[in-house]
Amino acid sequence: MSAAIAFWILAIGAVSTALGVVLMRNPITSALNLVLSLCFVAGLYALLEAHFVAAIQVTVYAGAIMVLFTFVIMLLDLGQVQDRIGPPEGLVKAAVMGLLGIAFVVMVAKSAHLGITIPSTSGLTPANVARAGGNTRLVGELLFGPYLLPFEIAGVLLVVALVGTVVMAKREVDPRRRK
Amino acid sequence: MDVTGLLIVVGKVLFITFVVLNFGAIMTWAERKQAALIQDRIGPNRINIGGFKLLGLIQPIADGIKMIMKEDFIPAGAHKLYHTLAPAIAMFPALVGLAVIPFGPSFDAGGRHIDLQVANLDVGILFVLAVSSLGVYGIALAGWASNNKYSLLGTVRATAQMISYEIPMGLSIIGIVMTYGTLELNKIVDLQGEYFRLGGIGVLPKWGIFYQPLGFILLFTALIAETKRTPFDLPEGESELVAGYNVEYSGMKWGMFFLGEFASIVVVSALIATLYLGGWQVPYVHLTALPVLPRILLGLISFFGKVVVLCFLQLLIRWTLPRFRYDQLMDLGWKRLLPLAIVNVPITAVWLWVLGGFKLG
Repeated sequence: MSAAIAFWILAIGAVSTALGVVLMRNPITSALNLVLSLCFVAGLYALLEAHFVAAIQVTVYAGAIMVLFTFVIMLLDLGQVQDRIGPPEGLVKAAVMGLLGIAFVVMVAKSAHLGITIPSTSGLTPANVARAGGNTRLVGELLFGPYLLPFEIAGVLLVVALVGTVVMAKREVDPRRRK
Repeated sequence: MDVTGLLIVVGKVLFITFVVLNFGAIMTWAERKQAALIQDRIGPNRINIGGFKLLGLIQPIADGIKMIMKEDFIPAGAHKLYHTLAPAIAMFPALVGLAVIPFGPSFDAGGRHIDLQVANLDVGILFVLAVSSLGVYGIALAGWASNNKYSLLGTVRATAQMISYEIPMGLSIIGIVMTYGTLELNKIVDLQGEYFRLGGIGVLPKWGIFYQPLGFILLFTALIAETKRTPFDLPEGESELVAGYNVEYSGMKWGMFFLGEFASIVVVSALIATLYLGGWQVPYVHLTALPVLPRILLGLISFFGKVVVLCFLQLLIRWTLPRFRYDQLMDLGWKRLLPLAIVNVPITAVWLWVLGGFKLG
């Protein structure tokens, strides 16, 4: 009963703040709504006894990534953006690309398993999890056991993004101009 | 949950909130007395109630009354909501961080098992990290919403500093987690009740500081940097930024930033005491074998004694060292603490391999 109440509070909070991210005019308000939304979702994880994921969600997303977002917004001093909202340019393009992306994800999810046999989750009751050494240990064993390949691929993807950022930010690396 | 169980939880929450807030208030007094001691002055000694001065301990009460009575000024160009919200967010981590820290030994009373810990999460340390990582928002909002260039500069410095020092902070905790093989703070404290044995006699308690001397220094440094006090007080460097992120605050809102700062010193001390100094364990006294009342009393005295000593140590550091330059701050964070924290992980692994770690089921 109390779990259901908590769920509804968290779920309504998560959805309404997520709407706030999109609908608010002030970029800082949007960013803070996103922080709240991430925290609500972390609450949902905690409700599902996934304490480790909940803590990591808050630390990494709300506490680190969103801090950088707000930092950048504050430095750029965007102010109100209502002037910038005009007719939806490139809406068709964006819709097509979005649909293609979704289709791609669905295809990957349906066909490829990357040679992994996904472990059954039916026995993962809170009591069993506690007996097996707790949340953190189980997540670690799954991540570095059966899911090692996707985990490493995700790592490589992040490195690619990082290298891409460096390349784009330092477009004109000319050795002759260095002292 | 039955009513008695609920009452016990509420009691623990109230107790820990009471402790944090009062510690925070007394810290403002201790800070002044400490500063006076170091600068060869007397410190606050005038305020009295009916002639009783109590070493100046009434000063925090007078300060509180003063700050509540003062005008609460919001500058014209400020964002009213965020300007008001910021001090509350800044206080949040200090108040919530202690929720997972065990402050005394568990005991059985009236047929139920009571832990002297508000919430026993199986990700205890991560919870503290998660909550403390949210503390940046209070500072960030304060500086941005004030619409003042000094505030914004203070905020930019604070954000950069806190993000930089969160990384060595998280990495230095890994050593402790490896040593004790758990994230649960009460288990870590329990394990610190064991001893290194020499000829069958326990000579040295298995405290974190003896396993992780490097980790202790790294974490302590990173946590002091997170509290933004001298030598890490660039966000409020008076000589450059007037008062940094809180320059546009007055009255109790300003007071809340400072109460939050002092409360976070208490949280830092409590976390260090729990991870590295045995928490509520008393060396060479087998607390869990004692009857209930002395067990609780000794445990509480031991834990809060360690907290007081660590708070004092932080005040001493604050009044001894000068402020870092910005490049020195970043050098220390990224070029010294971070590599050392990374090196600490393999060192710990080898150390545990040689010494044999804790066997956990």
